[in-house]
Parts: sequence; structure tokens; C-alpha cells
Amino acid sequence: MAVAVEHPLDKYVRTEKLPTLWCPGCTIGIVMTSLLRAIDQRIREGLLRRDQITFVGGIGCSARIAMYVRFDSVRTAHGRTIPLATAIKILRPEHKVIVVGGDGDICAIGGNHLLHALRRNMDLMIIIVNNMIYGMTGGQVSPTTPLKLYTTTTPYGNPEKPLNIIRLACSLGANFVARGSATHPHILQQIFYKALGKRGLALIEVLSSCPEIFGRHIGITDPVKSFMTLRDKIKVKNNPSLDESEYDWEKGFVIGVYLDKDDPGYIDNLSLLYKSLRGF
Amino acid sequence: MRIDYISGNRAIAEAAIASGLKFFAGYPITPSSDIFEYLAEELPRRGGYVIQFEDELASIYAVIGASWTCSKAMTATSGPGFSLMVEGISIAVMTETPLVIAYIMRAGPATGVPTKTGQYDVFQAEYGFHGGLPIPVFAPSNPQEAYDLTIKAFNTSEILRTPVVLLSDASIANMFGKVLIREAGEIEIIDRRSIEILRKKGCEWSLDDVYEMKCVGDGYDIYVETLTHDEKNIYRPTTDVQRRLMWRLYRKIINNREVLFEYSFHNYGNKRCRNMIITYGSTFSSVSEAVRELNKNEEDFCVFKLKTLYPINEKIFYEKTRDVDKIFVVENNVGLYVKEIRSILRDKDVISISVIDLEYPDPDEIVERVREWL
Repeated sequence: MAVAVEHPLDKYVRTEKLPTLWCPGCTIGIVMTSLLRAIDQRIREGLLRRDQITFVGGIGCSARIAMYVRFDSVRTAHGRTIPLATAIKILRPEHKVIVVGGDGDICAIGGNHLLHALRRNMDLMIIIVNNMIYGMTGGQVSPTTPLKLYTTTTPYGNPEKPLNIIRLACSLGANFVARGSATHPHILQQIFYKALGKRGLALIEVLSSCPEIFGRHIGITDPVKSFMTLRDKIKVKNNPSLDESEYDWEKGFVIGVYLDKDDPGYIDNLSLLYKSLRGF
Repeated sequence: MRIDYISGNRAIAEAAIASGLKFFAGYPITPSSDIFEYLAEELPRRGGYVIQFEDELASIYAVIGASWTCSKAMTATSGPGFSLMVEGISIAVMTETPLVIAYIMRAGPATGVPTKTGQYDVFQAEYGFHGGLPIPVFAPSNPQEAYDLTIKAFNTSEILRTPVVLLSDASIANMFGKVLIREAGEIEIIDRRSIEILRKKGCEWSLDDVYEMKCVGDGYDIYVETLTHDEKNIYRPTTDVQRRLMWRLYRKIINNREVLFEYSFHNYGNKRCRNMIITYGSTFSSVSEAVRELNKNEEDFCVFKLKTLYPINEKIFYEKTRDVDKIFVVENNVGLYVKEIRSILRDKDVISISVIDLEYPDPDEIVERVREWL
């Protein structure tokens, strides 16, 4: 007889919403687990309070992380997470505000908001789970889809060069920019742990494998094969240079922390300006 | 209590502060920007925040985010900006997020004449967002009403947990007038935190369909759901849950029509109101001038000015129009809101008098157009 055993992270999960809608073989669960482990570590070390964490998620498979975690979580329309999170951070500056979304949610429809949050060095942790495709809507091209790839809306091949999120984030003044991969959960957990301690904007791009949708387009639908294909493309580096952030499906991807500085974030700048005005 | 000589836009800003505004997010657009600019100077001094975002989409979502920290939040915009905001308003309707949008209409469509007036967007304010659930719309016709209705807009949004539109236009925005400004304590300010107290105490509002609101920071498990959800806030894609949710959100507003519907009735000393002009917003100024002329010939004209465009209290319409022969609806557009009135007063002659004018509609033109029907 099977005995229900509680998972050590269950306390951070809205178990009543399970099972998740993620497909068998999807790696978003690994991303969520790595994130919860990093959060748990910080809470246990007394560096973070559970009632001071807010998740904001939009629309898409990975945005549903916000739906499954048991913290304050707000869901909103496709692409509109960052401005909503910005307002929460301004009014609840003691909160760690975490935005989760996919490449389509944050880089395409929410691209303008991303750009301005980066420019502001807004005190948010933005996690972009990049599966290089629109998964939930059935396999359309995304800003990070590799060049020439077949998708349902580019049936003759993708004519667009994909976006290098790392280069974009580094060029606009974020404090912390890193790339992780769902195929390397321990490194991912370390990156999340670090990012949770940052002021200003921390952006983490997480490469993920999507056997059901992206896999179908590249001809690898077996979950293990799909996972291994991505894993073989990953190179781990300590403090990689910006040039090594090159985003190319053929050449593979370098994961690691690309930028880690400690400039004042938006909230610091704002409170400094308001201090003289209000006297507090 | 004090009397100030201020513009319609300034009155909105003053009333927002009196209502306890904590957060304003916006994007500059004529003719609404001076609300933004005044608040940008005033609000931070009082502990609030005023932030300019990258566009109107960001602005409305920032307002939603702010509201979910239980802070009173608003934005101000005009037609093209509101067009971008409608996506977020639908999210606010579904998530039952209190917020206020000051919508200062200008001449459209497209970029139209940005500095001039019109009443083209009445339907957009009421119905412009996906989902088919209209939200309360208040329409002031002078700075004093702009002040009073802004306070009403905030109270309504808080108590019914809904977005509310304050629909003004370029003429009222720049119209100066004496405004009686009431200080905090002299006006009733409702906060969503006091819904439960009001519910127990009993009040004029119908609160059966309003749920208590818990905010970010109140504990660690508030969850804001944009998908169709049941009473426990869990996503349920079933017809049954969809019906219950839709009707509750609809009833929440419509069942408060008696509290929400504001109007003023002017019979200019006539014993009988044979001919009635229905109007709203800045066009009221032109209409009251036109009626002075029309009443010279003992035509017995009265004016029914609407200050609430949604929801309407039909009973008052029936009462006021019982002995009326002809009803004229004067608007500064191609004849829009007249359709709403026709759907209520189905057994009356409801005549549309559309006078498109970049300034106030010319009273002489109104007189001429009305006389064609006498």
C-alpha cells in the first residue's frame, strides 16, 4: 500500500492546486524546486522572511509557478508582471518580489516593461524560464527560438535572429545577471540563492527543455533525450565574460553569473529622494 | 472646509488626496497630464508615490499592483491611453481590484484633436474591455462635481472592489470654478478594510456579492486569480462556476444602482416638464444656456443631467419622464448614450441631438436643432 509522504518543500506549495498542468517530461518543476530550495535555505538562515515574499506571474507555462507556490502571489495578464511587481515593491519595500515567466511572457509581449525595469535597476528578481518556444499555445515562434527552426507560425523556418537576454540585461544596468539551466539544478539553486540576496534588479535566464512542444519541432520528443540534448549543450563557467553569453542553439550555451555588482537600486534612490521631503 | 477657485483637473487631484490616495501611476497625455503633475508634487509630501511608467499598459498594472497592497491607487488618462488600459481593466474586474481611472476625454478618434473636447468615449469607458461586465462610470459637468464624484469614485471602488471610471473631458479639465473643498473628517471616506464593519452594522450598500479583500503583506498566502475561479479562489473551468462568477460580478454593481446613480433635475420654474433634455458632462453648460432661450416661448423645457452613466436607476428615469412628451438627448458625439436611454424609455420619443463641437456645443445650434422637432 502506498503511503503518502510529505515532501520537505510541501510547506511552500499550494498542494490543493496539484497536479500541475505541466506536461510529463517538462523541466519547469526542476526550476520551481531549485527556487524553493534556495528560498528555504535563506529562510532557515534567517535572511528572508516567508511572509515577505511575493510572487508575480503572468501567462504561460512557467508563469504558473506563481500559482503553485504558497506565498503571497498575484497573477496577471500576459506580459504585465513587471509593472505590477514594481508597484508592489514600491509600497512593500521589505518584500522580496519575484517575477516568474517565460521567454514569450517577459521578452516578447512584456519586452518594453523588461527594458525599463532593467534601466531602473528595479529591485525585483526576474526569472525567465526560456524553453525557446510558446508552449502553452502550442508551439509558435518566440523571441528566443533558434534561427531557421520550424514552428507552427514559421512553417518555413524562423527568419529571425534570437534575443540574447543576457546581453540585453547587462547593457541596461541590472545588478545581477545570470544564466542557469534546468539540466543543472544545483548550480541553478546557487544562482537563485545569490540572486535572492541582491538589491536592484536580478535577472536569471533559465534554459529549460520542453519535450512536448519544442521537442516536437526539433524531432526529439522523448523526455530523457530532450533533457540530455540540452544538457550536452551546456558549458558551466565561473564568471563567464559577456562574449561567452552568445545565444546559439548549434554552438551551445554557457551558464554562470555574468554580472554581479551592488549599485543602488530604484528603491534606494527613491527613498533617498523622499527622505529629505518627508523626514523619514 | 474651504473654497478654492480651481480647474476640473485640479479638483480631481484634490479629491483624490482627500480620499486617501497613496499611489498614482501614469503616462503623460493631454488633457489629463496636469492631474499627474499636481499629484507628483503634492503626494510624495504626504507619504504617497507618483511614478511615471513606460506606457499606459504599465501604468494600469502598476495601479493594480499597488491596490493589492491595500493602498488606494489611481491613474489618469485620455482616449488613446485608455485604449491601452482596457486590457488591465478587465484583469481588475476579474480580480476585483479597487482602483480609479480619471478619463479626460478629448476629440477623437485616433489622435484626433488632443487639446479639444468631445464625448466620444462614453461607451468605451463603460464597456470597452473584454468580458462584458460594465463598471461604474461617473461623469462630472463642472469642477465641483469633479471633486465630489472623485470622492464617490474612490468610495465606490473600495466598497465594491471594482475599477471605477471618472469620465471628464477637456472642457471640464480646463474649466475654472469655485469648489468647496472638504477636509478629511468632513467627508465620508470608505476603506476596503471597513467592509466587514459596514456589513455587520448595515448600510445603504448591498454587500452580499462583495468578498473581504486580503492584501500582499497580510500573511503569506493571498492569491490573486485571473482565471475563472470559484468562491475559494480556485480555477474551475466549468459552466456552473463561470455563471456564478459572472452573475456575482454583475450583481455587485447593478444591485447598488440606487446608491450609485446620481443626477440633477432642473425645471427652471416650469410647472410642467413637457420637453426634457437629457445630457451629461461639459455639454450641460451649453444645454442650460439653450434651455433659457427655449423656455422664452413657454415650451416648458426641463433638464435631466446625468452624473452617473453606469449603473442607471431606471426607476428615476420612469418617474422623471412620466408626464414628458418629448425627450432630447444632447451629446457632443454622433449620438451614443442616447441608445442607452432609448433602451430604458421604450415607449417615449427619444430624439438624438448630436452637436459635434471642438469647444462647448454652440447653444444656438442646440436651440435650432431642438426646434426642428417642436
